[in-house]
Amino acid sequence: MIREPLIFVLSEKGKRACLLPVLDVDEKKSVTQGITVRKNIKGFPQVSEVEVVRHFTRLSTTNYCVDEGFYPLGSCTMKYNPKINEKVAGFEGFLVAHPLAPEEMNQGNLEVLKLTEDLLCEITGMDKFSLQPSAGAQGELVGMMMIRACLESRGEQRKVVLIPDSAHGTNPSSAHLCGYKVREIKSNSRGTVDLQDLAAGMSEDVAAFMVTNPNTLGVFESDIKEITRIVHSEGGFVYMDGANMNALIGTSRPGDMDVDVIHLNLHKTFSTPHGGGGPGSGPVGVKEVLAPFLPKPHIEKRGERYYFDYDRPQSIGQVKSFYGNFLVVVRALSYILSLGPEGLKEISEIAVLNANYIRKSLEDIYHLKYNSPTLHECVFSDLFLKDFGVSNLDVAKRLIDYNVHPPTMSFPLIVHGALMVEPTETESKRDLDLFIDAMKKIAIEAEKNPELLKSAPHLTYVRRLNETTAARNPILKWTPESKGKE
Amino acid sequence: MSYISLSDKDQKDMLAKIGVLSIDELFQCIPENIRLDRNLKVPNAHTELELIKRFLLLSEKNTYNGYLSFLGAGAYKHFIPAAVDYLSIRGEFVSPYTPYQPEVSQGTLQSIFEFQTMICQLTGMDVGNASLYDGASGAAEAVLMANRLMRKNKVLVAKSIHPQYRNVIETYTQNLDIHIEEIGYMDTGQVDLDGLKDLLDDQTFAVIIQSPNFFGIIEPFEEIAERSRKNKTLSIFLVAEAVSMGILEAPGKLGADIVTGETQSFGMPLSFGGPYLGFMACSKEFIRQFPGRIVGQTQDLDGNTGYVLTLSTREQHIRREKATSNICTNQALCALRATIFLELMGEEGFMDMARQNMQKAAYAFEQLSSLQGVKPRFSGRIFNEFVLGFERPWLEIDLMLREKKICGGFPLKKDFPELKNCVLFNVTEMHTKEDIDRLTTALKEALGTQQGGKQ
Repeated sequence: MIREPLIFVLSEKGKRACLLPVLDVDEKKSVTQGITVRKNIKGFPQVSEVEVVRHFTRLSTTNYCVDEGFYPLGSCTMKYNPKINEKVAGFEGFLVAHPLAPEEMNQGNLEVLKLTEDLLCEITGMDKFSLQPSAGAQGELVGMMMIRACLESRGEQRKVVLIPDSAHGTNPSSAHLCGYKVREIKSNSRGTVDLQDLAAGMSEDVAAFMVTNPNTLGVFESDIKEITRIVHSEGGFVYMDGANMNALIGTSRPGDMDVDVIHLNLHKTFSTPHGGGGPGSGPVGVKEVLAPFLPKPHIEKRGERYYFDYDRPQSIGQVKSFYGNFLVVVRALSYILSLGPEGLKEISEIAVLNANYIRKSLEDIYHLKYNSPTLHECVFSDLFLKDFGVSNLDVAKRLIDYNVHPPTMSFPLIVHGALMVEPTETESKRDLDLFIDAMKKIAIEAEKNPELLKSAPHLTYVRRLNETTAARNPILKWTPESKGKE
Repeated sequence: MSYISLSDKDQKDMLAKIGVLSIDELFQCIPENIRLDRNLKVPNAHTELELIKRFLLLSEKNTYNGYLSFLGAGAYKHFIPAAVDYLSIRGEFVSPYTPYQPEVSQGTLQSIFEFQTMICQLTGMDVGNASLYDGASGAAEAVLMANRLMRKNKVLVAKSIHPQYRNVIETYTQNLDIHIEEIGYMDTGQVDLDGLKDLLDDQTFAVIIQSPNFFGIIEPFEEIAERSRKNKTLSIFLVAEAVSMGILEAPGKLGADIVTGETQSFGMPLSFGGPYLGFMACSKEFIRQFPGRIVGQTQDLDGNTGYVLTLSTREQHIRREKATSNICTNQALCALRATIFLELMGEEGFMDMARQNMQKAAYAFEQLSSLQGVKPRFSGRIFNEFVLGFERPWLEIDLMLREKKICGGFPLKKDFPELKNCVLFNVTEMHTKEDIDRLTTALKEALGTQQGGKQ
């Protein structure tokens, strides 16, 4: 196989891709007088356009992606990204808009934002939304800050946030960034929040309980009303991580479960592409009681005119320059409009159907720690593989040879050797069956020929990579000295 | 529209396999009283044709496109080579997740490794990360990182950094034991060095300075870094206009401990403010407190070079509340655009771009400053932005310019009440001499008309 070198290796003096027009004003040496200018950018590439185009085209072929096939990465909602959303987000009027131009020149953009906020309110049952957060984790931070600001406005200085042991790592991290101490709440034998542990942990020192629903096992927290009651009775708030909204959309609404604040991931539930790790968008929705604390500016409408409201004295402030990842919002709006009420409901229905089909097809072979009914995803463990000396990592890597992206691995932490499978609603039965067959074959291979798994993948551009060496002896950039070695 | 791929028969077969009669049965775990018993009140499903019409209409309600504009202030219109769009819309780059499975993500990972390398080359620092949300959150993350490293509680923030970056720093630190003090600016537009000297004390963990600053002025960073170091304080170099790194000395050479900021200028369209691209770079010794994803080089079983996400014990999915940041999804596709942009521009092309920005801005500055009723507000050296003070109310002048289809600069009064009728203008390689002359003429007429009207 031909290996694509780093671009720096192809670099030679004199090669050029882009030229700018010749400078059309008289050049004056004096403009740099008294300041230190640089003479070069050591090591910076100098290559031709053909080389760049081939470089990235070749590199792209080494990526696996949703456009290519099944991508059941649990908790990430890797659904198909509709192409019409890309098209409308590329309209000139959106692309060239300067964020600081007078509001009357950007009325179309403000309308997009306001309309999206209103639709997200209806979909989630919340009262107000802000589209400012750049991704889910920033949405969490904003949510926790609003809770804190609200409590402080009442003269309350609570210090603790309760979080289930099955939660995403961003939850405790965001709570910590908001100045809170984190206390873990246990899961019960059903894989849901242990109400007794919650009630015992709840006190006047607890600012909030952060809950993911359905949780990271794909299990719906059916006691959610009791959970919100317990937390509210002690004056705390309920934060819902909406990462798994794909299981609920059109079927039930967090607002009706009495949660006080929720973030969504437009790059999950609302089909905007993940881009290999962003850009995302993490809108935050709140009940009226928290609305005064939303980030500023907030979009409002007066008569026919949309405007940014900066006069929000209780706002937690701003978390992003300008107004959020606007083009991601455009895509999500296009998605919501394309589906309408029936289409939105169909998302959760088919996502849950697909996940249960996979669960049923594999639960006799792969170990399920919890027996509870699951919605949009299910979590298998690698327990039965232990005897063969094989782990969930080996299963994941072997799946790659079957041209399927591996599930999320080793999460949630409460399941040993977890394999978290989320098929989403967009997959065909054929693709689901290919995955199920692959998983069955791998289970047999694990017993008969464990080495095949341990040395997988076999058919990829690179074989299993040594992550330990990478961390122990970090090489984080190319240097001219390494040129010969490539 | 629908993006479902199951036929009616498929659904029936699958329900049979599961052993239920209807999809509804699968939702029995959700108590009846919190199930939605109606359809969502959202507009009816749109077909592709209807979506195109609706969004075209919305996008055309934006009228900015028709104006000759000199707005910058943290969002810059630069040339974007055609191949940036062409390559970055490939599904192989657009539709994967974060590269958790490196064996099927080498394209994304190698691109990020190249991005990290070029960020290091541009900044003169040891290590760069895979990206942050934007310049504003980059500034906030840098303050938090410095705070963890130094374990003191005071940070000095120059008044002349982008006001929105300052807002975000304030938001991120509001619940932590971090105290912010402001360093003023002088008539040169540069930070007040004497003021800095007075403010630096044994509790100061960092000084954060933007250069070129919000007013477009190049800061004497070397001296600031020197003073900070003597006080055992870290210096953070903030960049809002990344093209400046094509002509100004690398921040690392000027003594910066952490460099962070915005790289929207590297191939991101203005897009009404996002998605943009935050970056961060630092010295090797600080790596354990560095926020965000990092890609490292390693080998596979056969000894081939490959790339992986690394040093993840700093991150939220492992360290949870002890992580160096809560960031997870970042701006990977924007980082890819920047990588392609920089590789196409190359060393010479990128440096030429920076030179042209500086020369054109200097020409515009000179032309506009010579008009009656206009005064340069600051005397310091500029890169591609400058502040002009007007004798007459800017609002009136601005309206007259708009009649001529010109969107002037950004008025500073709202963020800097002391800078009444002062306006920030931006000039890039996208402006021709003719554009600049058109602004000069229009402004001259506007100022003349106004004075005439008064008589």
